[in-house]
Amino acid sequence: MPVQASETDALVRFVGVQKSYDGHTLAVRDLNLDVNRGEFLTLLGPSGSGKTTTLNMLAGFERPTRGEILLAGRPVDRLPPYQRDIGMVFQNYALFPHMSVAENVAFPLSVRRVARAEAEQRVKRALATVRLEAFGDRRPGQLSGGQQQRVALARALVFEPALVLMDEPLGALDKKLREHMQIEIKLLHEQLGLTVVYVTHDQSEALTMSDRVAVFHDGEVVQLGPPDTLYSRPRTPFVAGFIGENNLLPGRCETVEGAGATIRLQDGTMLHATPVGAVAPGARVVVAIRPEAIRLAETGDNVCRALVRSVIYLGDHQRLICDVANGATLTVKVPPGPGATAGETQALAWSAVDCLAFAADASTDATLNEEWNA
Amino acid sequence: MLLSPYATLGDRLRIGVLIGWCALVLAFLVLPIFVPVPLSVNSEAFFTFPLAGFSWRWYEEVLGSDQWREAIWHSIVIAIGATVLATGLGTLAAIGLTNPRLPARRVIMGILISPLIVPVVITAVGAYLFYARFGLASTFSGIILAHTAVASPFVVVTVGASLANFDRALMNAASICGARPWTAFRRVMLPAILPGVLSGAAFAFVTSFDELVISLFLASADQRTLPMQMFTGLREHLSPAITAAATLMMSLSIVLLIVADRLAHRGRRD
Ligand SMILES: Nc1ncnc2c1ncn2[C@@H]1O[C@H](COP(=O)(O)OP(=O)(O)OP(=O)(O)O)[C@@H](O)[C@H]1O
Ligand SMILES: [Mg+2]
Repeated sequence: MPVQASETDALVRFVGVQKSYDGHTLAVRDLNLDVNRGEFLTLLGPSGSGKTTTLNMLAGFERPTRGEILLAGRPVDRLPPYQRDIGMVFQNYALFPHMSVAENVAFPLSVRRVARAEAEQRVKRALATVRLEAFGDRRPGQLSGGQQQRVALARALVFEPALVLMDEPLGALDKKLREHMQIEIKLLHEQLGLTVVYVTHDQSEALTMSDRVAVFHDGEVVQLGPPDTLYSRPRTPFVAGFIGENNLLPGRCETVEGAGATIRLQDGTMLHATPVGAVAPGARVVVAIRPEAIRLAETGDNVCRALVRSVIYLGDHQRLICDVANGATLTVKVPPGPGATAGETQALAWSAVDCLAFAADASTDATLNEEWNA
Repeated sequence: MLLSPYATLGDRLRIGVLIGWCALVLAFLVLPIFVPVPLSVNSEAFFTFPLAGFSWRWYEEVLGSDQWREAIWHSIVIAIGATVLATGLGTLAAIGLTNPRLPARRVIMGILISPLIVPVVITAVGAYLFYARFGLASTFSGIILAHTAVASPFVVVTVGASLANFDRALMNAASICGARPWTAFRRVMLPAILPGVLSGAAFAFVTSFDELVISLFLASADQRTLPMQMFTGLREHLSPAITAAATLMMSLSIVLLIVADRLAHRGRRD
């Protein structure tokens, strides 16, 4: 379970927030979410799940159709963005093209009428924080994407806001730069004691950077918790499939005994699994097994024989694509080295703890289809 | 330049015809505009070529007589008033019309642009009848208002065009940085659309400065504008002073448009 925040810890509270742009479809359904002071909270979800809408309501660009947002305990319904004292980094940077880098960073200070000498000092410090001291006189157009992103960061931080929002700030950068910037942002978060609400659809980015992650799906938070909890104890098949990698197999629950259940897969294979939430005997279920939880072994709670279709070498590990008897495909992640070769039959084993069974419903079927079509 | 290095006889012929065609178009469509220029420095009171001799006397008549000077002054005052109003209103309208949240944008745009489409006589008659009710006929305010109506579509169009390239997310960025709407407009949006605003203003000024029909309906003898003075001059006693006035007007328009264009380009380069 996510750690429940006490009243005073929450810098931001979404209370029953709902948003519809057109009056009938809901972009955000019923959002109840607390962002604690000093926390790095990530909104993670697929495209169109309502992450940007949520962030824009917090920034004040959009108004909730229903519900309330509290900032430091105060409702912000009547507060325009320019009075919220929130720093924000946009996906496309949104730097002012006709201003120099220094003028861009100075903008939040000059509109707050900070004295010139002090503003200069703070701009210098902010540019030093993002290591762009030498670029103050350039125009944004004369900088690389990563540099522009750092200017945007400096502009969001220069007036020392308590809360910083970032909407896919690294989306436009290449992988190497993105990983580098992830570390920089994380360091700034720690150094400056910021509260950060971060939006991404990249689950590995969310796992690396966040204290807590809110997983969005169809305008709802389906699970909220620290990365390791989301990874090891997903509450729905959607989260299981979206965070990290998972083998998802449909089946039916046969028996439930305490913390264990037996599941019959479509071809009749019986599995020992751990039920998640309410799973009743006879119910349709989806079983999730992480690729790294499967071993090449003859013994375990669950053992099955599979044909290794291909072996993919990935440096630090190798990935086996295996065909199981029932026509399903299992991805297995094993340490590098001799172990399996394509074309041979292997025994695969995994424990019941690593085999999660979720009650299936309509949205699960959609998830399964997505998985299989991907 | 138009010919490829291996032009055939056919190519040469086609280019020859093209050049001849362009010359005809220029001669019949553009050249007449410049006819008054040489006539305005003719020493004799004839509208015929060749010129009898060179003289500034018609310019002296235009710039020296009270009637002409007054007309020029009226035109300048009216044009400045109409330009300020048209630029302000037109810019605001364009900003509103490019906001995707504004309902019925196309309809409103059509209404605002209609003075460009409706025959100007109709605008003039309408303005005269309507303004008379409010005591605005035969006043400078009335003329300025009516000129504003025909001048602002140019501003709406030019500002609208420069707004099409403006990223509205920048206004959100300015707002979350702490800028109030007016500050955000002045410091973020205006610099970006300034070229459009300036060229719109130049068009508005020239439109009002050249306008005759509305002025004829709305202005009394006390508010005679330069085009009116030229028009009555033409009807009453054909004096080459009109050619001097025409040359002056044309020069002013050309200078204005060039200045606006320069400013616009400077704005874009920044
Ligand atoms: N301005 C808008 N007008 C109408 N509908 C909108 C608007 N903005 C978003 N939506 C709709 O609201 C839903 C949520 O969109 P939102 O932008 O919040 O998703 P997102 O999670 O940020 O997705 P992405 O990862 O693609 O940015 C989508 O179905 C989208 O089509
Ligand atoms: Mg988004």
